[in-house]
Amino acid sequence: MKTLRFLLEKEFRQLLRNRQLMRTLLLAPLIQLILLPTAADYSVKDIGIAVTDNDHSTTSRRLIEKIVSSGYFRLIGYTDGYPQALKMVEQDKADLALQIPIHLERDLVRENQKQVFVSINAIEGTKANLGGAYLRSIVSDFDDEIRLQWNVAQSDAPTVSVASSNWYNPYLKFPLYMVPAILVTLVTAMVAMQSAFNIVQEKESGTIEQINVTPIRKHIFIIGKMIPFLVLGIVLFTMGLLVGWALYGVRPVGSLLTLYGSLVIYLLSMLGLGLLLATYSGTQQQAMSLSFFFINIFNMMSGVFTAVDSMPGWAQAIVASFPPSHFIRIMRMVVLKGSGIGDIKYELAWMVGIGAILNIWAVLNYRKTA
Amino acid sequence: METVITTDKLTKRFGSFVAASELSFEVHRGEIFGFLGANGAGKTTAMRMLCGLLTPSSGKARIAGFDIYHETEKIKRNIGYMSQKFSLYDDLTVSENIRFYAGIYGMSIPAIKQKTKELLEELQLVNEAKTLVRELPLGWKQKLAFSVSIVHDPEIVFLDEPTGGVDPVTRRQFWDLIYAAADKGVTIFVTTHYMDEAEYCNRVSIMVDGVIAALDSPAGLKHQYGNQSMEDVFYELARKAKRGE
Amino acid sequence: MRQLLIFIRKEFLHVFRDRKTLLMLFGLPIAQIVLFGFALSNEIKDSRIALVDYSKDAVTAKLIGKIEASHYFDIQRTLASGEQLNAAFKRGDIKMAVIFPQNFGDDLIHTGKATLQVVADASDPNQATTITNYLESIVTDFNGELAQDAQQPMQILPQMQMLYNPELRGAPNFVPGVMALVLMLVCTMMTSVAIVREKELGTMEILLVSPFKPIYIVIAKLAPNLLISIVNLFIILVLSDIFLDLPVKGSMLLLLFCSILFIMTSLSIGLLLSINAKTQQAAMMGSLMGMMLPTMLLTGFLFPIENMPLFLRVLSNLVPSRWYFIIVKRVMLKGLGFGAVWKETSILAGMTLFLFAISLRNFKIRLQ
Repeated sequence: MKTLRFLLEKEFRQLLRNRQLMRTLLLAPLIQLILLPTAADYSVKDIGIAVTDNDHSTTSRRLIEKIVSSGYFRLIGYTDGYPQALKMVEQDKADLALQIPIHLERDLVRENQKQVFVSINAIEGTKANLGGAYLRSIVSDFDDEIRLQWNVAQSDAPTVSVASSNWYNPYLKFPLYMVPAILVTLVTAMVAMQSAFNIVQEKESGTIEQINVTPIRKHIFIIGKMIPFLVLGIVLFTMGLLVGWALYGVRPVGSLLTLYGSLVIYLLSMLGLGLLLATYSGTQQQAMSLSFFFINIFNMMSGVFTAVDSMPGWAQAIVASFPPSHFIRIMRMVVLKGSGIGDIKYELAWMVGIGAILNIWAVLNYRKTA
Repeated sequence: METVITTDKLTKRFGSFVAASELSFEVHRGEIFGFLGANGAGKTTAMRMLCGLLTPSSGKARIAGFDIYHETEKIKRNIGYMSQKFSLYDDLTVSENIRFYAGIYGMSIPAIKQKTKELLEELQLVNEAKTLVRELPLGWKQKLAFSVSIVHDPEIVFLDEPTGGVDPVTRRQFWDLIYAAADKGVTIFVTTHYMDEAEYCNRVSIMVDGVIAALDSPAGLKHQYGNQSMEDVFYELARKAKRGE
Repeated sequence: MRQLLIFIRKEFLHVFRDRKTLLMLFGLPIAQIVLFGFALSNEIKDSRIALVDYSKDAVTAKLIGKIEASHYFDIQRTLASGEQLNAAFKRGDIKMAVIFPQNFGDDLIHTGKATLQVVADASDPNQATTITNYLESIVTDFNGELAQDAQQPMQILPQMQMLYNPELRGAPNFVPGVMALVLMLVCTMMTSVAIVREKELGTMEILLVSPFKPIYIVIAKLAPNLLISIVNLFIILVLSDIFLDLPVKGSMLLLLFCSILFIMTSLSIGLLLSINAKTQQAAMMGSLMGMMLPTMLLTGFLFPIENMPLFLRVLSNLVPSRWYFIIVKRVMLKGLGFGAVWKETSILAGMTLFLFAISLRNFKIRLQ
């Protein structure tokens, strides 16, 4: 144990001496944390709409006006024919083309119903789906207005209305949801990659050879490598929480003890991954390729940007083996909803389990007599 | 005389390739033992086995009284090692490097302080104590690396081509350090490509194609092969080598 | 010229000898395109919700049946009371709760009005908004059915047509995005590391004292990465055609041309990074930590760029993958020609020229 002290001394000296690295390690994530949460706004608004009005009646003009004034749609322009409107959708000038056929007003009165045609660019499926739903409900509201205007007796159809309320984030602020997750991805990238690089650097420079002939025990050496990055991870995490609080008003509702306890478990599992990658890499380039592979997949699949729940079952099973997916859940639950240990025990158990596997695998694979 | 290294038919195979074959020799306490051989003759493999970095395929060996298979951890406490590759930390200062290596061999803080002071004076690096190692000239680095490898007063120190790329004057100074260590009773096990350095050794072994082809004092070898210099002896033996680099 | 070929050969040998890196270079795009293409979508479905039914009558049963029938919701359980709600939210068991107050059915039949309460876990605002909308549209349909029973006059019926992606899958949006992301990051990283590595090992000095023009060194360093990226591009296109049913609708030649241009842009970013980085570690940190998240977010395939604040919208213009993403969507998914992408193509070309010009100037100053 006494040798651990000297190992730690050395690691911290080397780390703190490398100013350029420290700057990148601490500042780059913070700058990203400051800028990026505002980028993650999935609300659907400003749907560009191109209109072909073949009816030119009061009704058609009022319908268009109602659609545009709803706030969800932005009028891009009128076209003479439907093909031109579709062209605008094709060129990404508009997201939606609306065609109002001739005799809208007349047929509504005579035949009680009339179709309008809507084409939506559905490459972004959700946006298209929601845009369509908004349009439908606007049109349905419009129907009521028309009936009133024409004094058509409203049949007394019973209606169910919905009173909705939003808990934990009543103003629906997106950054509240994104800040905890983005913080996790930044801490992840730093911890897993740096611990892998650090060990591989010693391999490449040959100093590990010297260490191997000394009586340092395997586990002491590994612990000595892990602790500095554990500390760095905690420091970065704390700075990130402060930034999130100062800039975005994200104040953890739950207990800090729960949060930091989970953080340590999480960091240990990711350090295990870093170590494992290091044992499989001979050069920094290999370590980089490997960590890039994992970190990129973690970032995309762990539910930072898209919901894990909407993935197919097999993908959810894969994601369950990613420690970040569990820690991101924990962060969001504890920070936003104030969940306690009892609520996150399932996620904690997963992290402990995966962390144990990664660490044991890494230690077995790390041969002192290489 | 007390022996500190004893090997008996020590062999290392990599697949079908026999890197070191049935090495048997003894090294005595306080001896400077030269370990010569052309590139690829198997020197480094042999040395790595003796240091506990490689497990032998067969044969027996005891280093500083400990078994090479079962007591590698004890061996490590009693040997020093300086590799071909420069092995100090570039981004630590001179005294930080000494402190680190002394610390991981379990020396106490006061002992480390004392030792650091002694070493710095001995190497005339007192003014450079706070200099980063990467800023030192190569010769100084090598001398420092040697001093660090014996900072814990090991019984044996293994030097793997310690003077590669170093100028003749510094090499001379380096050997002064080796003699000083040997006088204190440290056994020196050194590989080199410089034949003048071979002359400095008490005894020399020459490896050819994984086997020890000759082992004697430099004078004895010259006599045995009827040559004027170690250079000639080496050529004569190394020429017979079948495996190239 | 012969010199250059010899040099390029050497660079290829470097790359192909390092099996692990090579495996990663090809494995990464394959794994990601398959994984992301199948798994990712912005769609929200099967959201776990809880029902609290204080009324338990024929009307609530009918409405619950309708909710159950939609694939948007996965009714997790029926809670007995509202008190259990908070606990369930905190455990993350449910995303939303639908509460039918007492006498729901009676109210509807006798007063013509009934209100059901919806409580959403809005810690994820996207999901909360979306699933609330889903529920509201189910209720609207339900009302429509009630209204049909009552013969509602004067209805405008919107006929919806979903263009390019009628099943509203996630892949059409994610595949071009992932293509842009992967190509850009891999190119940038590999280039910067390859050059800095040579600096670190000291072999760069040897090259510079040789009668070799610096421009040759640069070309030779970029050649293998260019080739690898083109191969990757083909792998991605074939995979998305076979597995994700996304063939290239437009001109293959145009797509290839634009892709090579984009790859060149990425390579030139790597070049610029390598000139400013002293160590491999710094180069990697720059390309990985500095670029990964911004590229993901500002390409525009995860979140709409038009929703972002002004400074991020301005910043996104500087991200090459943003323009490439637009090109791929238009050429690959919509089948448009050069006329539709000339603007984006010229931007990429301009970026590439600009980056190469600065890099080459700096390369000479720094190393000669």
